[in-house]
Amino acid sequence: MSKAVSSAGVSNSGIGASVKRREDVRFITGQGSYVSDVEMQRQTYAVFIRSPHARARILEIDASAALAMPGVLAVLSGAEMAADGIADLPCGWAVVSKDDSPMKVAPHPTMAVDSVNYVGEPLGVVIAESLQIARDAAEQVLVDYEELDAVISLAGAISAEQIYPEIPNNLCYEWALGDEAETNAAFESADHISQLDLSNNRLIPNAMEPRAAVAEFDATNDSYTIYTTSQNPHLERLVLSAFVQLAPEHKLRIIAPDVGGGFGSKIFVYPEETAAAWASKKVSRPVKWTCDRAESFLSDAHGRDHLTRVELALDKQGLFLGLRVKTTANLGAYLSLFASAVPTYLYGTLLAGQYKTPAIYVEVQGVYTNTTPVDAYRGAGRPEATYVVERIVETAARELGIDPAELRRRNFIQPSDFPYETPVALVYDTGNYGASLDKALELARYDSFAERKAEAQSRGKLRGLGFSCYIEACGLAPSQLAMQLGAGVGLFESGEVRVNPTGNVTVFTGSHSHGQGHETTFAQVVSDRLGIDLDSVEIVHGDTGRVEYGLGTYGSRSIAVGGSALVLATDKIISKCKVIVAHLLDSEADLIDFEDGTFTLRDSNQSMDFAEVAAAAYFPATFPEDLEPGLTATAFYDPDNFTFPAGTHICELEIDPDTGVIEIIQFVAVDDFGKVINPMIVEGQVHGGLAQGIGQALLEEAVYDEYGQLQTGSFMDYCMPRADDVPNFVVDTTVTPCTHNPLGVKGCGEAGAIGSPPAVINAVTDAIGIKNISMPATSEKVWRACQQSKSSSGGAV
Amino acid sequence: MKISVTVNGVDEELEITPNALLADVIRDQLYLSGTHIGCDTSQCGACTVHLNGMAVKACTVLAAQVDGQAVTTIEGIGSPADLHPMQAAFKEHHALQCGFCTPGMIMRGIDLVNNSEVLDEAAIREGLEGNICRCTGYHNIVKAMFNAALEMAPGKTTEQEVV
Repeated sequence: MSKAVSSAGVSNSGIGASVKRREDVRFITGQGSYVSDVEMQRQTYAVFIRSPHARARILEIDASAALAMPGVLAVLSGAEMAADGIADLPCGWAVVSKDDSPMKVAPHPTMAVDSVNYVGEPLGVVIAESLQIARDAAEQVLVDYEELDAVISLAGAISAEQIYPEIPNNLCYEWALGDEAETNAAFESADHISQLDLSNNRLIPNAMEPRAAVAEFDATNDSYTIYTTSQNPHLERLVLSAFVQLAPEHKLRIIAPDVGGGFGSKIFVYPEETAAAWASKKVSRPVKWTCDRAESFLSDAHGRDHLTRVELALDKQGLFLGLRVKTTANLGAYLSLFASAVPTYLYGTLLAGQYKTPAIYVEVQGVYTNTTPVDAYRGAGRPEATYVVERIVETAARELGIDPAELRRRNFIQPSDFPYETPVALVYDTGNYGASLDKALELARYDSFAERKAEAQSRGKLRGLGFSCYIEACGLAPSQLAMQLGAGVGLFESGEVRVNPTGNVTVFTGSHSHGQGHETTFAQVVSDRLGIDLDSVEIVHGDTGRVEYGLGTYGSRSIAVGGSALVLATDKIISKCKVIVAHLLDSEADLIDFEDGTFTLRDSNQSMDFAEVAAAAYFPATFPEDLEPGLTATAFYDPDNFTFPAGTHICELEIDPDTGVIEIIQFVAVDDFGKVINPMIVEGQVHGGLAQGIGQALLEEAVYDEYGQLQTGSFMDYCMPRADDVPNFVVDTTVTPCTHNPLGVKGCGEAGAIGSPPAVINAVTDAIGIKNISMPATSEKVWRACQQSKSSSGGAV
Repeated sequence: MKISVTVNGVDEELEITPNALLADVIRDQLYLSGTHIGCDTSQCGACTVHLNGMAVKACTVLAAQVDGQAVTTIEGIGSPADLHPMQAAFKEHHALQCGFCTPGMIMRGIDLVNNSEVLDEAAIREGLEGNICRCTGYHNIVKAMFNAALEMAPGKTTEQEVV
């Protein structure tokens, strides 16, 4: 047993300890190194020429005036790029429609060639001696467009004009999961059916660091070095080589240094870093590009954007009999890297929630529109699924007059039911949903809520309380399963533990940290496993030139998959150490025990500490021929299953009916993340996720006008949560360790954003006494709902 | 044009263009990359620095305006071996994740403590109106600022502890 979980309790730096973050010092002193901080000698600056139209044909690009400006090195077009052999940007997940036809992929040139299909789509790039010159020159590039009617409305997209000649009805796929006949039969035998029409509002991720790239081509060996804001530099390298054909994989070095937040938006391979790299070869100089925030709004992949009808069938006791879901999902103008999987395999598979619903059927139409591509944003499909399930369950509870906590509890999958196979293709390994609900009810003081509601009423305020009992599938993913379902890559992770001759350790991980604190938590794992000081462990990530391989960070996978890879690597190190110790002590490896950093020959007083063994490995004076010197180990960990974090969120809020202003009084989140490596960091992840979920529920929405112009294209128009929009959070955990990874961990990065939106909206609708209100529930919408509720007895808004 | 400006206690003579923003001059001419640029509409606050001891968003100030004045950036308030109490509180209370908004938050936090009459949770939250963080949900930023205030100016904080 490791020292961290010994009976004496948690060590002050091992697994389970709230170790302060080691990466913080550079960030709080301004010494972080983000991509736009990288300066190269003789660097040039790139500014992109972007489409002002949502849909148009490119008739002519006249760059003569720009090229005549002093300091302009080149104006390069998408057509030149394509002619130079740069291929389309791929989508990495092949979804098959319910009629077995493959999804219809809209061709996605890295920069537009003949036509543009969303406002902000890049079609050319100016390279100049300074950013100012590049900006001025970009304004001098004249592009002649033939404007075409654009398809903007998601609701009308299927019957609107066809965007791509080869894609009828703008329909990428029509995907289904579950047993339709069985589900329909459940509805026929139901005593009660609840129904809701829901929209899941389109969001813009808005990591605080805008995307950026600094690229250099080395003509002496035909290789590129690309600094870029990526959550997964090896995946970027794979895509740029195997699909985009920029250069062979071994000729690409991708460095993602300090990255200022991602939330999904920096998973994808984008036109800009690809073009910057290609351009650096064309001008034989390094090229630097930093996204303006205005460009970020237009060109970072957006998130969510679903329209859904959901129906829940129940019997007289309130037991769920069947769930039927029909969703239209906006994919935007092109398929971004994982866009196809988000509203299908990351959404439909989660519709069982925490419940024993015996029959579930979901259909999803993925449609193209002339808007920015939509892809994974914190939670990616799972917030949308949770919103559907937790809104309809709350609705059913109200319609049947059953306490919403009680209705949920009645339908929970019980601890004795695990492993539990859902009707939508997942096998949950473990959980205890009643335990997190109980703890949340207690923290939220649910039994005295009625008194608080009455007291608020006496002040003229409307108080409401809303639940959300969410589940998510994390730790993406078992490669075999993911690839059977259409994933283009396996989703394992790799890690290397390199023990240095003096006994300290350099760890290389394929996971990438852009705020998650891996330099601390991963060091905790390795120091705990090897029984060495935390200060003796250094974590290296984010550089394909240093880390051998990796699939990166998304889907709350880093500790569950990347952390597990490090555990396997430390196991190999310990095994090798035992062989070395056995040799030095003239014994057998299986007679050597290891605990707290010390190797002991069983039933003897002979022992060696870790540093002594490390030194011996590199000074092999007496090693026999079959014992290799050195002490380093690499492991690839491919999980057996997803992990299933779950929990209960309870939101209590108060509405001023005269203004529609909402004050969140209390937000309780009780989450089961399995074992927790660093509780401080986990709490921080939950806080951030909750703010994003509350932002979705109350503030944020990407709005396009009918011509496809983004109306919410800056922080003045797109309402980001500010400090006074959110409360202090009440955060706690319950623990059922994951059964299939060596750390017992599940992942915590997305839970806050997944669980919170329905809790907030359930509280808003409870307060006003209405069935539905669309997100974001802005003050104006809430005020209108209050007025309408006064004059009638409720209804949808 | 030429300006003379004291940056982090050092006198600098700079040749600037009349339209140069202070934020760009700090980053591109002084190579102080701790001042970050997170938007182009002066909303996010990542570029917050001190001008004569008061917090300003460096993207709202022309470099020409700071001639003869004193600018302090994140690099000028403390060092790894000698952290400012606000920097130390951010680490202690896990008030940062990706770190991008952090320099601006810290500079704003110091200004809030120095230039507020009273500092409780509500005042801190209101005082952060101009600084956006996407990672932390603000919970720990508020906590860090409150605790830094306890150390920097104990008389200004209310008794109520921010948990």
